[in-house]
Amino acid sequence: MTLAPVDWVASLGRATLNLCRSTGAVVLFALEGLSHLVRPPFHPRLFLRAFMEVAFFSLPVVGLTAIFTGMVLALQSYSGFSRFGAESAVANVVVLSITRELGPVLAGLMVSGRIGAAFAAEIGTMRVTDQIDALTTLSTDPMKYLVAPRLLAAILAMPLLVVVADVLGVMGGFLIGTLKLGFSGPGYLKSTLDFLQVMDVVSGLVKAAVFGFIVALMGTWCGYTSRGGAQGVGAATTTAVVSSSILILALDYVLTEAFFAR
Amino acid sequence: MSGNNLPRIRLRGLRKAFNGKQVLDGVDLDVMPGHSMVILGGSGSGKSVTIKCILGLIQPDSGVIEIDGRDVLGMSTREREEVLDHTGMLFQNGALFDSLPVWENVCFKLLAQKRITRAQARDKAAEALAGVGLDASVGDLSPAELSGGMQKRVALARAIASEPRIIFFDEPTTGLDPIMGAVIDGLIVDCVQRLGATAITITHDMASARRIGDHASMIYKGRIVWTGDAAKLGETGNAMVDQFARGEREGPIKMELRK
Ligand SMILES: Nc1ncnc2c1ncn2[C@@H]1O[C@H](COP(=O)(O)OP(=O)(O)OP(=O)(O)O)[C@@H](O)[C@H]1O
Ligand SMILES: [Mg+2]
Repeated sequence: MTLAPVDWVASLGRATLNLCRSTGAVVLFALEGLSHLVRPPFHPRLFLRAFMEVAFFSLPVVGLTAIFTGMVLALQSYSGFSRFGAESAVANVVVLSITRELGPVLAGLMVSGRIGAAFAAEIGTMRVTDQIDALTTLSTDPMKYLVAPRLLAAILAMPLLVVVADVLGVMGGFLIGTLKLGFSGPGYLKSTLDFLQVMDVVSGLVKAAVFGFIVALMGTWCGYTSRGGAQGVGAATTTAVVSSSILILALDYVLTEAFFAR
Repeated sequence: MSGNNLPRIRLRGLRKAFNGKQVLDGVDLDVMPGHSMVILGGSGSGKSVTIKCILGLIQPDSGVIEIDGRDVLGMSTREREEVLDHTGMLFQNGALFDSLPVWENVCFKLLAQKRITRAQARDKAAEALAGVGLDASVGDLSPAELSGGMQKRVALARAIASEPRIIFFDEPTTGLDPIMGAVIDGLIVDCVQRLGATAITITHDMASARRIGDHASMIYKGRIVWTGDAAKLGETGNAMVDQFARGEREGPIKMELRK
């Protein structure tokens, strides 16, 4: 019993060391993956496939998320703001929340569930079936072949997805605003655009690129380091989604602080 | 450096433990250029680990690995890639890329090294597939659509398509019918003779070992316990090897089934 606090401290220390070690390993992994983007040979075919997977096939889920979020935002802010007669701010609230915050974050979380999981499962399966070792023996660097194209694809595809999410989110708000809350169409659009600044959109797109990188990084890393058969691949997939989701939310705070705090 | 008696592959004191379990405990092995070495040993005795160490896929805890007299473990990544460019490996489970059709699997290395174009690759793949007794139409299937034995043969075609100087075969004939097994053995022998390649083959099939190998080694408890003439397997005079080759229950090797 008297030893319990010491044990506790020891395991805390061990956990901290492990965290530092794996953080370092992930950073090295990321640097190596990125370094292959500037060293030939390149694999444009694999990049295109990953890009289609992230950008095109994520459109439905990201688009639906954005529309409903815009609709809910309009309803919520209208009913909330009507308490102090600020209903006219609905359009501004919708567009600022979507472009600055909800577009990139929700798209990031959705893509993490779709793409992070897929990357981890695919690369993890390749790991446990020796396919990654086979790549090495076939004169192909697995980091260059598997990791680099996916990192680049996600970094470039996420901002595109978020542009679509921004437009659809505003459209969701517009639909509710005009059809249900009694705003005039041109009036709603005008107040949407009046207060919107370039920085609002750009900050959202930068966030999107960072989140895309995080999703692809955690997906490929967890897959690449997975071991132990089907169960290991399952665990890698879960870890990829959970860790990238948490990192997205944490980094979102850091980036918001960097962009807007004064 | 004429290389007359410089082994192509030389292992000294190779040791590797996994989670405290000593799998390789000082493996010494020499394979001369142009020789075909067969490695025998019980299941789980570390045969696959040994060749993965030579390929650099597993980092041994200690020991020396030399290829043509050059220390592999001390090599830079680039030098190691150069060595691997001339090496082929058939993995025990095939390890075919399931995201690619069979023909791209077969010609993967040639395409990666830009030795052929994608247009030429299909013909080349058809040729390589014919060599392992598969129809050219198999080339358009995905590996998941093949039977286990077909996968093995595609993996074999992939391993030798680039005509490597050093080839590793991890159980090339398990899962094949006896006739196809004999065909594959012939293919390996042909590969070694025609290309002048050096081969290391892991097998549990004694008939196949005698056909493929000119030399054989047996690994037991993490060490090479015997090396000799593959043709004599079964009557080597080494009690352990003979027991293993004849598949007898009684002998110096005791299976630890129950404790
Ligand atoms: N990546 C790994 N992690 C942990 N242990 C491993 C790993 N690879 C191999 N081992 C262990 O090393 C031992 C030898 O494995 P290896 O695959 O070399 O056996 P083998 O001689 O090829 O057997 P088989 O004839 O059944 O293929 C086994 O006990 C295995 O559990
Ligand atoms: Mg094995």
